[in-house]
Amino acid sequence: MTDATPFTRPKYVGTPVRRLEDPRLLTGRGRYAADIQLPRMVHLAIVRSDQAHARIIGIDTDEARALPGVIGVFSAADFAHVPDIRAPSRMPNYQATSCPVLARDVVRYVGEPVVAIVAVSRYIAEDAAALIDVDYDPLDVAVAAREASDPAAPRLHEELESNTVFTRRFSAGDCAAAMDAAANTVSGQFRLTRKTSMSTEPRAYVAEHDVGKDVLTLYGSTNVPGIVRDAIGRLLELGGNRFHVVAPDVGGSFGGKGSLYPEEVIVSDLARRLERPVKYVADRMEELTSGSQAFGEEVEATLAFDDDGRFIALDADILGDVGAYSIYPWTAALEPVQVAGFMPGPYRIPHFSATVRGVCTPKPPTGPYRGVGRPMAVFALERLVDKAASRLGIPPAELRRRNLVNAEEFPHRTGSGIVWDRSGFQECLAAACSAVDLTALQAEKARRTDKWVGVGVASYAELTGIGSRISVAPGMPMNTGAETAAVRIDSTGAVSAVFALASHGQSLETTLAQIVAEELGVRPRDVAVVQGDTALAPHGTGTYASRSAVIGGGAATKAARALAVKVKRVAATLFGVDPSDVQTGNGDIFVPGTNHSIDFPELARLVYSDMSTLPQEARETLEVQETYDPVFGTTTSSTHVAVVEIDPETLHTSLRQLVVSEDCGKLINPMVVEGQVHGGVAQGIGVALLEELKFDDAGQPITATLADYLVPTSAEVPDIDVVHVETELPDNPGGFRGMGEGGTIGAPAAIANAVADAVAHLGVEVNSLPITPNKLHALIAAASRQEGQE
Amino acid sequence: MTGKARITLTVNGEPFEAEVEPRMLAADFLRDELGLTGTHVGCEHGVCGTCTIMMNGVSARSCLMLAVQLDGAEVQTVEGLGTIRDMHRIQEAFHEHHALQCGFCTPGFLMTVCDILESLPLRTDAEIRDALSGNICRCTGYDHIVKAVRTLVDERDGAAS
Repeated sequence: MTDATPFTRPKYVGTPVRRLEDPRLLTGRGRYAADIQLPRMVHLAIVRSDQAHARIIGIDTDEARALPGVIGVFSAADFAHVPDIRAPSRMPNYQATSCPVLARDVVRYVGEPVVAIVAVSRYIAEDAAALIDVDYDPLDVAVAAREASDPAAPRLHEELESNTVFTRRFSAGDCAAAMDAAANTVSGQFRLTRKTSMSTEPRAYVAEHDVGKDVLTLYGSTNVPGIVRDAIGRLLELGGNRFHVVAPDVGGSFGGKGSLYPEEVIVSDLARRLERPVKYVADRMEELTSGSQAFGEEVEATLAFDDDGRFIALDADILGDVGAYSIYPWTAALEPVQVAGFMPGPYRIPHFSATVRGVCTPKPPTGPYRGVGRPMAVFALERLVDKAASRLGIPPAELRRRNLVNAEEFPHRTGSGIVWDRSGFQECLAAACSAVDLTALQAEKARRTDKWVGVGVASYAELTGIGSRISVAPGMPMNTGAETAAVRIDSTGAVSAVFALASHGQSLETTLAQIVAEELGVRPRDVAVVQGDTALAPHGTGTYASRSAVIGGGAATKAARALAVKVKRVAATLFGVDPSDVQTGNGDIFVPGTNHSIDFPELARLVYSDMSTLPQEARETLEVQETYDPVFGTTTSSTHVAVVEIDPETLHTSLRQLVVSEDCGKLINPMVVEGQVHGGVAQGIGVALLEELKFDDAGQPITATLADYLVPTSAEVPDIDVVHVETELPDNPGGFRGMGEGGTIGAPAAIANAVADAVAHLGVEVNSLPITPNKLHALIAAASRQEGQE
Repeated sequence: MTGKARITLTVNGEPFEAEVEPRMLAADFLRDELGLTGTHVGCEHGVCGTCTIMMNGVSARSCLMLAVQLDGAEVQTVEGLGTIRDMHRIQEAFHEHHALQCGFCTPGFLMTVCDILESLPLRTDAEIRDALSGNICRCTGYDHIVKAVRTLVDERDGAAS
């Protein structure tokens, strides 16, 4: 008997467990919102503004209403009972915008919803949309943020004092004096153009009203079901017991499905009014013109340093093009203010000063996107670091080594007030650089004439798993710092773990199962992770901001640990031993070295069904709910190294090598971590080389298809080397740090530095991303013209 | 909007007859009329490859075709590739290599891989990357997809892995 008793418990955390969500997704048996078909379901199409800024004179809906199959045509007046969407902020001198679910009187970007049409099929709804005639009186536009920030510029919101909706200043030390006294400074004007998250699944929503029970359910491609439930609940005056938001399988978000959208409110309201399920599926053009957008920032910055390369002061002026409306719930401050917040990076910079402004422009609202603020901050700072290195003739990696916060200096408070806890800043730099033969590359660079070769390094740190003491979005009056896990063993002995998270590619059904399995002593496949349904979890916001592993994983660790204590206590009574003698593992509960062993179904039977074996007081409910709030957050650090080759004829930049070293604490599943890094880096390649949403002078989007908005394909992305660095583990239940966004934070800067290195001999600098062949050509032509004039 | 057209086709080995509007997209027909929602729609203009199906043994974009063009065709969708209990080797390779995250683009990739494994030598990873470049994945950065396909090519060619 004793031979069969396992003594060593299998380890699940830290092993590449194959994903539990895969089989359904691989066989076409997943269920995404657009896959949902319900009896009597009707379909929504939206007429969107074709003007960037205009007054609505009239809307002629007669022909559309007369079309057979059309059930209803709705404009702003039909939603008078729904309050405008407003994202409040605690920031002083912040002006919140009012966003009606359908444009009322004025449209403020091309793509803004104006008329909603419901018909028996999507085809007929779109036929009807083509019959709607909206009469506009165009208003003046200031399309570029700098132009819009001029007090004399046409105002987008008449009720606001200006297009500048917030200004915030950061200051530490005496930046101006330190700048004046410094031996050296380098400056630059840096820009990240607008981009979009472009998840492959377009947004889709289906709302169903159970009239008999008066329960409304919104199935939606969202990564923040809890936030959507709370927001629409308030707008439509529905309690959470009458309104549920379900995120089924969701086809990526990267931030684009992380805000409240008017369409979510519209389908929810119409499903109740029409007493029929209502479905809306965005097409790609709608996604590219009305999904939340990213970046759109300019940073003018100066770095001061001494002759040994020690950083002394950093000054930054940041202008954010926030679009027409302040996005809910994150506010317009989300991106630009975090650019300022993360600007000092992972370095010791005693003096810091930054001014950041957000300006409304007649473009779609900007919202969260992978990396939030950090891609811009890291790009600007890391370009300055390379410029400083070049000024002093110090190798870029060496200059970083001299300035990165050292192991013994943690916790380190940056000039913007962020506190870095111990993370492998120096270790990541060393690991990434040792994976690349920098000396050989320098030799090759000098030798090659057919290609311009460049190497770029970028180091950064990010705050992940942010707790309740810090707003995930600056000034946002909403606590996103906690998550709850409810882990239960039912009467069949099966384990469920319920979360308010909403996995949309992050593999949470596997990684959270690994954590619960590890702590409870079952196998990962024995644990059903339930998430993405507000009916099942009273509070929790969702999956975003590199928080799910730290906060959700922390809650899972706490809850499963507490449940294991209960399990052992019950088993100890049964075996007549001390609870500390009982162990669990691989689905068994046992006392090592004895023949005391039962499995979870037997334990559940004894507790829930058998009324004689255990005394009543020992029959504990096998269920634990725990909440985890990290209060602050934990620091993830990384260094990226990029090697590029540029064809002097075509100016095509190809990435030859990309190395990422990262300290993300304890790895739950190394295979999943690698996948997250690869995907983040691929999007970073898009930021650096390809992805740009363009608007003409009238505010018309000119990148409304995937033939115009280019994203990386397999041909543009190289093999990516990932080096895991583990230093001291962070002080949270699982020892995890968040890492879902990092790839997109470091890669743009590393690639920009590599391209800059490759073209340095031409007197060209890389200050704006993406750096496309066209832009490179213009820069080289300008540089050679200038040389000709000199 | 005018009359409907009658089409006869085979999908995943099962014969179907249907009356469709001439303007109905093949992707919408498979998803909404036949309930085969494993074929996803990502862009409706033929760029992303998410809606890729096999038609008469060759990969095709079901968002760029009309249902009437499926008349007489033999169509295979992801549902016909393998089941949860009995996955196709391509599906297994994607599972082993963590070649999917959100899974939305995955059916399109799987159908493309069906085609390229039959039709292309795929000697180098660069050739694999080139052959996959008509399908967009936003999650994986392609690295694990390329590794999965490399494994499949090696198995096909009898190479020692």
